[in-house]
Amino acid sequence: MNMQAKQAPPLAVSGITVAYQRKAVVEDVSFTLPEGKLVALIGPNGAGKSTLLKAVLGLVPSVAGEVSIYGDSYKKMRDRVGYVPQRESVDWDFPTDALDVVMMGRYGRLGWIKRPGRREKELAMTTLDKVGMAEFARRQISQLSGGQQQRVFLARALAQEADLYFMDEPFAGVDAATEKAIIALLGELKRAGKTVLVVHHDLSTVEEYFDHVLLLNKKLIAEGPVETTFTPERLHETYGGKLAIVSADGRETVVRQ
Amino acid sequence: MMDFWIILTAVLVASACSILGCFLILRRMALVGDAISHAVLPGIAIAFLMSGTRDSMWMLLGATVFGLLTVFLIQTLQTSGLQSDASIGIVFTALFAVGVLLISLNAQHIDLDLDCVLFGEIAYVPWDTWTLGGAEMGPRAVSMLGITLTVILLLLGLFYKQFKICAFDPAMAAACGIPVLLFHYLLMGMVSMTAVSSFESVGAILVVGMLIIPAATAYLLTHRLGMMIGLSVAVGIVSAVSGYLVSYLLDASIAGCIVSVAGILFVLALLFSPSGGLIAKFARRQSAARSA
Repeated sequence: MNMQAKQAPPLAVSGITVAYQRKAVVEDVSFTLPEGKLVALIGPNGAGKSTLLKAVLGLVPSVAGEVSIYGDSYKKMRDRVGYVPQRESVDWDFPTDALDVVMMGRYGRLGWIKRPGRREKELAMTTLDKVGMAEFARRQISQLSGGQQQRVFLARALAQEADLYFMDEPFAGVDAATEKAIIALLGELKRAGKTVLVVHHDLSTVEEYFDHVLLLNKKLIAEGPVETTFTPERLHETYGGKLAIVSADGRETVVRQ
Repeated sequence: MMDFWIILTAVLVASACSILGCFLILRRMALVGDAISHAVLPGIAIAFLMSGTRDSMWMLLGATVFGLLTVFLIQTLQTSGLQSDASIGIVFTALFAVGVLLISLNAQHIDLDLDCVLFGEIAYVPWDTWTLGGAEMGPRAVSMLGITLTVILLLLGLFYKQFKICAFDPAMAAACGIPVLLFHYLLMGMVSMTAVSSFESVGAILVVGMLIIPAATAYLLTHRLGMMIGLSVAVGIVSAVSGYLVSYLLDASIAGCIVSVAGILFVLALLFSPSGGLIAKFARRQSAARSA
């Protein structure tokens, strides 16, 4: 790794626009992620959060805009990026077990022909252990709970051994144990100097879990450290009227209606 | 010797179809398999008109091109906003109709019987032989199926991990840099090859049964992809061999008997599968009710 690549920001997006059948769903979004931070991407339903993530990863075509990852194109920097798609995006009745799914995190590095072997298996076991799922390694994936499935997906992303992680709603519909496991994992990633961009729904936990926020509603409304950016005014701007600010025990919290 | 060629043909059809069928049903593309098996007909007819022979290589090529065209057209209609089932219905019936037209217009030049196209006649396979440089090469269908099966085994053997991740999580596969579209069209190309090399034996309709039924049966019986493929092939081969015996006893259509046997095996798996079977589920519910 040369010095320049080290200094380049994990992710810099400039002027990205994504349209589905001529209707813009993400409009002229530009931002730069600081290194080593946990970043929440928040906004109302249909604000284009997942789409923005997919456009950055090249999974949906963007009409305009540039994406640079550690100063280079995503294609070149692919090995430094880990991805956790939405849990609902796959068929969990697929005939495979947890360990096998986690090993898929290594497929990108294996190249065209090489098959996953002992090294991949060991790494997959280690990452399953990190998310507290080691005992379920050989469990068929349809027999796992929603939270356990989410942890399998996280383990798979960890197996990618990336520096920049994208997670699409990892907290959606998970049990308390999984939520705890994810938070512990995010903390660990941060300590290891990794950067994580998380599409997040629950506004009440943003301040507790994240360092940095991106507020999105088709356009980027605001971006910055949680303390200065995650303010009632900004949230109103992002969510429109669909938001109530509740003051509880002297502390302001936000509740989505 | 006749019996040997017929059974070998049936086993080759069953193997090729059963392997690909697993990927088709896991990707929820069973109907695309159906569409391809019909839409290759104009390809076969055009290859026939252009080459003037039933040369296997021309047919394989023509049919594969039309199979891929089918998949491409279906996808184009879908992305332009039409429902996926409607897209499939439009594309394959229209292409199949073109094939029927081409054959009926050129009936005097094309030695293809429309009944045979739909239902196949595996009993004629041993007579339709070909020669290479004077050497007797055996039935044409067996050679075509042999080539097809070799291609399938080679591609799946080399790129098993890619086909697996593209079936399970195409978004992740794409993010990892795996060319998802290439593997999609490779799979569809293999289905087209299989459809054309099987259609003379089992016909355009029954080949769908061979693609879907053994794979669906195996899906009920296991939770591992490798095992599913193995079981699917086993179900396919058992159906092929016992279907042939049944047809001999009943003096009935061979292809019809083969697919019927596959259907019976599927029902047995549906009832008696230890994990997902109806009887196992019923028993579990009973014991749960008792312990409650």
